[in-house]
Amino acid sequence: MLLKDLILPNGTPVDTSSPASSSSLLNRLQLDDDLDGETRDLFVTVDDPKKHVSTMETYITYRVCTKTSRTEFDLPEYLVRRRYQDFDWLRNKLEESQPTHLIPPLPEKFVMKGVVDRFSEEFVETRRKALDKFLKRVADHPVLSFNEHFNAFLSAKDLNKRQGLALLTKMGESVKFVTGGYKPRARPAEFAAMGDYLDLFTPKLGTIDRIAQRIIKEQSEFLMELREYGPVYSSWSSFEEDLHDPLEGVSGCVSNCSSALEELTEDMSEDFLPVLREYVLYIESMKNVLKKRDQVQAEYETKLEAVVFREDKKTPVPTDVEKCQDRVECFNADLKADWDRWENNKRQDFRHLLTGMADKNIQYYEKCLAAWESLIPLLQDKQEAEGETS
Amino acid sequence: MADSGSEDIAVIGNTDLTPSESENNLKNTMVEKGTSLLKKMEISVAEAEKRTGKNAVNMQETYTVYLIETRPVDAASEGNNPVPDSLWRRYSEFELLRNYLLVTYPFVVVPPLPEKRAEFVWHKLSADNMDPDFVERRRVGLENFLLRVASHPALSSDKIFYLFLTEENGWKETVFETGFQAKADSRLKALHATFRVKNPDKRFAEMKHYGDELQAVISQLLRVRARAADRLYGVYKVHGNYGRVFSEWSAIEKEMGDGLQSAGHHMDAYAASVDDILEEEEHYADQLKEYLFYADALRTVCRKHELTQYELEMAVQDLTSKKQQREELATGTIRTFSLKGMTSKLFGQETPEQREAKLKMLETQIEEGEELVKERNSECDEFVKSAWVDIERFKEQKDHDLREALISYAIMQISMCKKGIQVWNNAKECFNKM
Repeated sequence: MLLKDLILPNGTPVDTSSPASSSSLLNRLQLDDDLDGETRDLFVTVDDPKKHVSTMETYITYRVCTKTSRTEFDLPEYLVRRRYQDFDWLRNKLEESQPTHLIPPLPEKFVMKGVVDRFSEEFVETRRKALDKFLKRVADHPVLSFNEHFNAFLSAKDLNKRQGLALLTKMGESVKFVTGGYKPRARPAEFAAMGDYLDLFTPKLGTIDRIAQRIIKEQSEFLMELREYGPVYSSWSSFEEDLHDPLEGVSGCVSNCSSALEELTEDMSEDFLPVLREYVLYIESMKNVLKKRDQVQAEYETKLEAVVFREDKKTPVPTDVEKCQDRVECFNADLKADWDRWENNKRQDFRHLLTGMADKNIQYYEKCLAAWESLIPLLQDKQEAEGETS
Repeated sequence: MADSGSEDIAVIGNTDLTPSESENNLKNTMVEKGTSLLKKMEISVAEAEKRTGKNAVNMQETYTVYLIETRPVDAASEGNNPVPDSLWRRYSEFELLRNYLLVTYPFVVVPPLPEKRAEFVWHKLSADNMDPDFVERRRVGLENFLLRVASHPALSSDKIFYLFLTEENGWKETVFETGFQAKADSRLKALHATFRVKNPDKRFAEMKHYGDELQAVISQLLRVRARAADRLYGVYKVHGNYGRVFSEWSAIEKEMGDGLQSAGHHMDAYAASVDDILEEEEHYADQLKEYLFYADALRTVCRKHELTQYELEMAVQDLTSKKQQREELATGTIRTFSLKGMTSKLFGQETPEQREAKLKMLETQIEEGEELVKERNSECDEFVKSAWVDIERFKEQKDHDLREALISYAIMQISMCKKGIQVWNNAKECFNKM
């Protein structure tokens, strides 16, 4: 279905000459679909990290699996291999071609060599999860998911990164923006509220990150002590007779609790912290999009003022200013839609993140509980046995 | 030892303890009601109080006194609740009592006192002797000490112990009148002397070694446990910060706010729960400490055996040498070196009369020596017999008590895990509502 054939539910044909109306129309049509998983027609997964060693470099590739019923794709399924560079390329292309939209963040590009092992299982897995999240967020976006670069990323056998510039769709053409130079204007209340919220939210995230890190640190130090504590019971048992088994039992218990604690701290490091940090990046992106919007508004209002100033000319508002007005409205609509989506996702993401944290802690305590509970009959049994033999 | 006196003694249970706690107290100290003072008398250390007064060098000092209450067992069962007899004692008097018992019953593994100064503390606990928590734990430890002495087959019938519980004034003088101090000093000297025993009883040597090992391992355990407690405290308390930040965050959210706010409260509760947890664990540490000090008492008994064995060997050695001297004198041969022998060689033999006199003296000495050896031999046998009985008793008590301690430790851990699961489930419910 081509855009120019769209008919609104009430029967009137859609005016698709203006880019603003087409994008907001798409939003109107597809916003609900997006939230309902059953009508989703594009599924993307990132998995199977593999190490590639060449004479020039060593790097990791990830398998990207796509399943779709969309006609924009030639095939219903795709399996391609991509490396971080490719994801980075995609994100840049998306930002370029869809400046009115919020592009989800990528995990950080650079890691300090020597501090983090770029090829360790934990690092690769953490990165894989973040890349998977990135693609899923793009795939769930009613506008971004139709982007030609995204399509190429998912389907092209070899990602020629010079591709795409030649294809200029109406959408692509419409979004060449001038970056900056105009005096900033007052934000409309709606967007000012967004900015205020982000300014308040950012430090909270920072605090939570610090708290989580501190907890992991304290837990690690507690773990260190436990690893010394358990074996002392073992050495004690070596010179006891009746108490040998109970003491060994306690030693084993402490050891089990230590392992459970180690799992907890690892999980928190690998799952909790990266997601928090991702949101910090997300917020940065959002703030940038807000600023870009401000610029577009500033450009429009400046040009409008210039025209109004020259009232004597009595000419109709030039198409240049009209175009700016369109851009502002378009941007505002896109941003508003993206903001709503972002708020919703944020709510789900944090609910998921925090319940995940609760779950991990519950699992930790359940493991310890099981260990200690199984020890009790062992400790008490012996007494009965003692009674029989003495 | 002296009899225990009249039966009209008031006994009070500690009113601060719940009935189950009292019972646990008794159970944990494995009281043998059958053979001891405790059959007739309920003993408790009910309270602690601060006093100030002038000490020996006429300086103001602050110290703590403990209220000992006693009541006859029958009184409670008859439905009466008479006022208990009570008196105040300070820690130094407990020390005096224990020193007396150590000297008077050297074959007994004497129950230890709670520590004089707080050791193996983790940072939140005060190492200050005046700290109310320390005083409270000491009160419990002193009561435990009295109950152990009162349930010991030999110690419980001691008159001085009885007076300690019943006679506030003049008790100190009575103790000193027994003259134990002199024995204490010589005992202390002897125990610290270095000597080698030719034929130590293998069992005692093994026991001493066991005491050394037990002391070392419990010390290490207490040290690491204290460090772990510190860390655990940190883990729980930092979660309290979540409480604050969730609260602040909820203020800028619309739908997420309520869930966050209530989750924050649960995080606060989680952080606060560690205080109780660690207080309970301190009780476990105290149980371990008691056996840390018991290990020392055990080693003391083994050391005492070495001493008696050594003294016997010395007496035997002395007797043997005297007998040999007699033989030489009688036969005229000099097999052993002696100054007399040397001088007689250098300055000529002695007269027959001199030799007669010497022989006679030796005979007396040998007689005395044989008496001494007999004495020391029976002393040694007696000691070995009664000490080994008490060591066996101690072993059983130790195995029982430590097993109980481990069980209650496991129960504590289970309780802590259950609390943790509950709090996090509550928080999870709140997060789900976000």
